[in-house]
Amino acid sequence: MNPQPTTDNRDLTTDTEILVKAEGLSKKFCKDLKTSLWYGVKDLASGVTGNKKDRELRPKEFWAVKDINFELRRGECLGLIGHNGAGKSTLLKILNGLINPDAGKVTIKGRVGALIELGAGFNPILSGRENIYNNGAVLGFSKKEIDAKVEEIIDFAEIREFIDMPVRNYSSGMKVRLGFAVAAQMEPDVLIIDEVLAVGDLGFILKCFKTIDKILPKTAIVFVSHNMPMVSRICNQIILMESGVSKFQGTDVAEAIDKYYTRFVNNDSNVVFDDGSISLIKVELSSARSFESGIPQLEWGDNLEFAFHWKLYKPIDVPQFSVLIFDKEQRPVAILDWTNKAVNIKNDNDKISFKLLHKNIQLSKGVYSISILVSRGATRSPYLRMNNVMSFQILHDEEIWPPFLLQTIYSEG
Amino acid sequence: MELKTKVYQKENNLHIGRLLKESLSDMISSRFLARQLAVRDIKAQYRQSYLGIIWAFITPLTTAFVWIFLNSSGTVRLSDTGVPYPVYAFSGTLLWSIITEAINSPMASTSGAKSILSKINFPKEALLVSGVYKLLFNSSIKIALLVVFVFFYGIGFHWSLLLFPLAILGAILLGTTIGLFLTPIGMLYKDIGKMISFGLKFVMYATPVVYAIPKEGIMKTIMEWNPLTPVILTTRDLAVGMEPQFLTYYLIVLACCIPLFFIALIFYRISIPVLVERMSA
Repeated sequence: MNPQPTTDNRDLTTDTEILVKAEGLSKKFCKDLKTSLWYGVKDLASGVTGNKKDRELRPKEFWAVKDINFELRRGECLGLIGHNGAGKSTLLKILNGLINPDAGKVTIKGRVGALIELGAGFNPILSGRENIYNNGAVLGFSKKEIDAKVEEIIDFAEIREFIDMPVRNYSSGMKVRLGFAVAAQMEPDVLIIDEVLAVGDLGFILKCFKTIDKILPKTAIVFVSHNMPMVSRICNQIILMESGVSKFQGTDVAEAIDKYYTRFVNNDSNVVFDDGSISLIKVELSSARSFESGIPQLEWGDNLEFAFHWKLYKPIDVPQFSVLIFDKEQRPVAILDWTNKAVNIKNDNDKISFKLLHKNIQLSKGVYSISILVSRGATRSPYLRMNNVMSFQILHDEEIWPPFLLQTIYSEG
Repeated sequence: MELKTKVYQKENNLHIGRLLKESLSDMISSRFLARQLAVRDIKAQYRQSYLGIIWAFITPLTTAFVWIFLNSSGTVRLSDTGVPYPVYAFSGTLLWSIITEAINSPMASTSGAKSILSKINFPKEALLVSGVYKLLFNSSIKIALLVVFVFFYGIGFHWSLLLFPLAILGAILLGTTIGLFLTPIGMLYKDIGKMISFGLKFVMYATPVVYAIPKEGIMKTIMEWNPLTPVILTTRDLAVGMEPQFLTYYLIVLACCIPLFFIALIFYRISIPVLVERMSA
């Protein structure tokens, strides 16, 4: 997507201008409702006297956001990631001016658009068309602007057929589409996006991204999401938040995402199905080069070799072992070929041990986990099924998002 | 084009003048939003109802009917009001309902917009203006009804009737000012809203709504001091073409209301972030 040279001189003169500047932003919240309300009364009173005093934590309060600093220019996108309750949405509310920080300040230049809730101001009784005007008005459009854009909005939302139906009869997806269609008409200098794109079907999400791609060159975006592929796709700066503080900040988006995922590394394997005939005694990555906090590591292109040790409780034939590889988002990325009936599998009375080798692993950098299905040969009916049996990490210099980095040879054509 | 710069920080700039200017300019720039919100609420309210607008004045009408019945059946003995009693009672209850609605309006509008307030930054003053629009809409119907009564009971046209809507605006200003002061704290504690509706029931009996000020006694003093008294009396006197006796007090009340209204507006503006923070964790 090439940004077209624009005649709007605003874009030319302010190219490198900082649009958002946050300095030491902090916000505290109260854990108890009654106390919170009473503090609210006190804050009302201190608001009237100017709020000059430093704010300390009062009893039952905690810092929901603590000392966040960043600068954002036009065309840049800042990703905010972190687990639930890390303070991301609170930070967004401060940036959007909905609540005031308890310390620090934020300076924002230009028109701010916020995709925090789509379809704000919708009234369920009224028709889609009427609600376009309501939502548009809340987002700061004038009547003339909406009049000019209403047809475009209806087409974008793809709900022309139902536009005069009360919104309460809309499906949730239709409401979100209509809400986004209105919001997409904003031409903000700063755009704040909070997880709204998670809803909706694939077609809608693709459409959203097309829109965001289109406005990104002219806008400074702050993007909150739990969807790491999305974050890595559009962000060029990142803050990883944890309990209100910034754990990692910088332009190395992939590293932040890695750090984010390691918080969720879950070493508990779980047995999904077990008919009592076989159990796993031990599995190890016998080709591991090194270990980092218990996770075996391989270089990209190494051999991937597992050693399995099983115990049998019933006399069964040598079963089939299917090993599935999952990435950190729990997407299955590969299955190891099981059809090569291993001649080497020893059925030593009640024990089975074997090694499983995949040469030249080309998975991209990251942490992966494996799941195993043990099943009867011909019928494939399961004996045992275990998820998250073990994790391993692939090391490589290149940060890429697709699960595979495939080896290539360039030659003269 | 110079980009508008916004700074959000803990400290408020306590320049009353600047805050007020911002507040008023936001109010003007958000005219369309205010209108849209008012139209939305009015439409939605009546689209799902057959009796529609009747609900706006059914309470004052029934209250008036009760008092008319009490009076005509001799259950209570009321002093002479100077105009046919039904007109007195109807005008009283209709005006009273306008004032109570005005007092409740800022809080109701703000509270009704909770879900947007915590997600989108828009000029909050639009909520107040939309409340006033709704109020004017309901009031205009009540006024029309009252004018019908005035003619029906043979009081006829007086030139002062033309001033009557202006006096109503005064009543709305007074109610909105009171409501605006109570809104921030009322948004935090539900008690405030309950107290208002509870308290207003009593205040009504200390205001010449359905009976005139007694000639003597403690009630005379209370009613004469009650700042709502001149508002009700002056407005009614204008409607029925009598000499407004409390005109001076009415003008004093209004003169006090205007600066108080601006102060309440600033207070409201400062309070909103605190309220948003407390109502949406």
